[in-house]
Order: sequence, then C-alpha cells, then structure tokens
Amino acid sequence: MASPVLAIKNASLTFGERKLWSNLNLEIQPHEFIAVIGSNGSGKTTLLKAILGQEKLSQGSIEFKGKKVTRGSRRMGYIPQHRAIDSASPMRAIDMLRLGLTGHSFGLPISSRDANAKVQHILGCVDAFDLAGKRVGELSGGELQRLRVGQAVIDEPDLILADEPLSALDLAQQKVIADLLDRERREHNSAVIFVTHDVNPILSMVDRVLYLANGNFKIGTPDEVLRSDVLTELYGTPVDVIRDQGRILVVGADNQHHHDHISPERGEWN
Amino acid sequence: MQFFNFSDYAELIPLVQNSLIAGLLLGLVGGLIGVFVMTRDMSFAVHGISELSFAGAAFALLLGFNVVGGSIIGSLVAAAIIGYLGAKAKDRNSIVAVLMPAGLGLGILALALYQGRAANKFGLLTGQIVAVDNPQLLSLVLICAVVLIGLLIIWRPLTFASLDPEVAAARGVPTRALSIAFMLFLGLAVAASVQIVGALLVLSLLVTPAAAALRVSSSPIATPLLSVAFAVTSVIGGILLALGAGLPISPYVTTISFLIYVACRVIERVKK
Repeated sequence: MASPVLAIKNASLTFGERKLWSNLNLEIQPHEFIAVIGSNGSGKTTLLKAILGQEKLSQGSIEFKGKKVTRGSRRMGYIPQHRAIDSASPMRAIDMLRLGLTGHSFGLPISSRDANAKVQHILGCVDAFDLAGKRVGELSGGELQRLRVGQAVIDEPDLILADEPLSALDLAQQKVIADLLDRERREHNSAVIFVTHDVNPILSMVDRVLYLANGNFKIGTPDEVLRSDVLTELYGTPVDVIRDQGRILVVGADNQHHHDHISPERGEWN
Repeated sequence: MQFFNFSDYAELIPLVQNSLIAGLLLGLVGGLIGVFVMTRDMSFAVHGISELSFAGAAFALLLGFNVVGGSIIGSLVAAAIIGYLGAKAKDRNSIVAVLMPAGLGLGILALALYQGRAANKFGLLTGQIVAVDNPQLLSLVLICAVVLIGLLIIWRPLTFASLDPEVAAARGVPTRALSIAFMLFLGLAVAASVQIVGALLVLSLLVTPAAAALRVSSSPIATPLLSVAFAVTSVIGGILLALGAGLPISPYVTTISFLIYVACRVIERVKK
C-alpha cells in the first residue's frame, strides 16, 4: 500500500469537560474519499481545524505526508463552510482562483503565463467562464461554491478538505458540486475529507465514512457503518437506518416526527 | 477672504518644493495602504492610530524631542495595541473608541503646556501649509520607503490574507505575521501623514482615495493604481491650491479627496 497522505494517530480532542472524540486512528490513502458525518457539535469542523493545525489536539498526532501538521500547507486545498462574501470585497472570481494558485507567494500580484493558463483551465472545469470578471460578493451560493472547488483544486493538492460545501445549495447544485469535486480528485489523485451532515449527495463517491457521535466514532465503508445496529451502538440509543431508492435515512427509533435538520439525538437524514 | 489666489504663483512654487515631494510620497503610500485598510475593514483603526500619533508628536514638541520620532512612537504603540487586542472587528472598534479620546486628550494637554510657536501646535491636528524642512523631508522619505518596500514584498499574501483569511491560513499563509507587519506599516504611514495633513484628517489620505477606487474597480491591479492616483491628486492639488490663499492645505486636500469619492459613487451608479 502507498504511504498515507494523512495519518491521524491516537488523536483526542477535549474542550474542558466535553470530549469531542478520543483515540481516533485514521490513515487516508491518496485518492480516497472520506465522508465525515455526525451531528452538530460532534467535532467535524474541529477535526478539519486540527488537520489544518489551527486546533491543538489534547493527545495524539496528525501527520500530513509523513510530517506533523503545522499551520496549513500548500499541498492542501480547503473549501470553507459556505459564508456570503461581502459584496464590497475587491475580489473577482478570477482573482479568487489566482489566489488559490499563487496567493501564498511574496511579491506583487503579477501572474505568469502558466498561471493565467491554469486559471483559464480551471474556469472551464468549474464552468465559470461567464463569472470570471464578476465580484465574488455578487455570486449566487452555487456559483461561489463552484469557484471554491476550483480554488481548492487549482494547485493540484494532495489533500482536499471540504467543510459542508453543499449546505445552502439546492439538490441540483449539490450534485454539480459533488461531481466536480469527485472528478477533480480523480484527475489529480487527491484524497478528500468531506464534512457533511447529509451523506446522500456523495454516497456514490464515498470510500469510507467517519461517523462521529457523542464522543465516539466509527470508521468503515458506508455499508459497514450506516447500519441500524452499528449506529445504535454508537449513539447509545435505538437508531434506525432506512434505505430507500438509493438514499439513506437515519432515524432515531423513538422519533415521532422527522425532517431534514432534526437534532441528532432524535434522528437525522444521513 | 480669498480662497484662491494665483498672483505671484511662479515665485511661490519653489518654496513648496519640499511639500510637493512629501505630498507625492504620502499620496503613493496612502493610496496603496488604503486598499488594505479597506479590505481589512480598518478605517476606524486608522483614526485611532492617528490620534495616538498626534499625542506622541505633541509630547515630543513639548519636551523638545524630534516630532516625527514622537509621532512614530505614538503610532506604533496604538498599532500594537489595536493589533494585539483587536483581532476581531467588533473588539477592534471598541478598543479604538477607547484609545482615541485618551490619545487626543493627552495630545491636547501637551499642546496646552507647550510655549512655542502656535502654528506648530495647530499643524499637528490640522496640517501644515508649507513648513516641510529638509530634515523633516528626509525622515518622510525614509518612512515612506520602508512602508513602500515592505508593502510591495508582502503584497500578494497580504491580499490573500485580507480577502480570504480562512483559505489563506489553510494554504500556509502566515496570516498572523502578516497582520503584525501590516499594522507596523500602517503605523508608519499614519505617522508620516500626520506631519502633512494633521491627525484629524489622516483618513482623507489613507481611506477616502481607496474607498473611491473600490467604488469603480474590483481589479487587484487597477484598484491600487486608481487609489494612488486619487490620493496624489488630492495632496498635490491641495498643496497647490492652498499656496495662493495662504490657508492650511487640509481643507483643500480633504475637499478634493471627498469630491473624487462622490464622483466615483456617481460613476458606479451610472455604470449599473
């Protein structure tokens, strides 16, 4: 087996009394697509922050390409949680992609011909030629997320970290973004860690699932993890996993009413 | 009262040569750093820094030290406090609001105790007419050179960190170090501007031109160039107009700068 892109070793993270997760061991291979699922507050985003070196582990270590993670890396691409960008920000779509490619290097924002060609190429990949000169603050949610994917993959990273990139998007847009990310990681052989509360839009691409709940976790293929018995054990309360026409729905057994964003203790779409 | 008077103009120009050079430099520095002041949402912080810079300069004047040195020390102290305590925009505003009157009050105290020429006192708050002497010009050139060279070196990562801080940090951009460096350059730029336009009107050089440029451009190259053009036009235009009338340059600089901003808003509206 190739050496892992990311190795999380015996990692624990505690905030005061609250244990987010402990003894987490996970090795991620190049090309692997990992979905991180769990309720709000289960430590999904915090896990990404720890990988980015912005959150200190209480215990254990995280190694990226054999080296302990420091504050971010040029070999990582990051898609932050959707947040509207101030429309006054002087950043056009094309500038956002450029920053993803060369924003870290010192000097003036003068692009080489290679860089320009690459930006044009990615504009095509994310179907954004017509957005190139628009301010990012004026883009729709779906347009912005397309560019975020482009920005994250433009430098051909070894690891892509995506934090709920599909939230705030409708189903059709979710599919566009998920397919885009899937295609890009195949082309560049990047591993993907995809944080989400709804696994359905990415179910066909996911190699393994990391399910976080109540300070515990479970790792395995979707078929191994997304099962009534496994999740019942994980949550410590009865949970039903219902499969319907290729979709997976996780429902707390004591749950009388359910909808998309119900609290995890009672049930949740997954 | 004459606001504009151009008789004997040719003889007056050489007298303000130093002021013109200083104005050109300040326009360049103010226009460039202003773009970052806007994208980092620090307009109010600039005002706070300039008041402490004023206090530093006033105390230097009172104690007979170098005024530029005093104003730099005041600036940097303010920049350090705001940078250290005000990482979040909300905290920053309250810290600036607390610092500003404290600085202004101390400065006024120092000026009240000062026995020297009254024009010196007033100059620190509202700007000077033509009184840029050679040593003062030299210190301005040095300050501006440091800020310009520093800004040009960190330009691109600072842009990334200012516009898209989360992604920049993930990509390994040292956002914290950059914001410290930026505050240092901002402090120096403010100290330099206080010498010419006075503490109360620094915003017209460090914020208004960039705010105007951002109204009409979102290109990362055109915006700073426009901002510099606006800032230089305001200062040089202000000095040249003030010259004939023998009034302080500040009202002229601020008025030109304001009119440019209004014009840019109109252009923006028309374009849409």
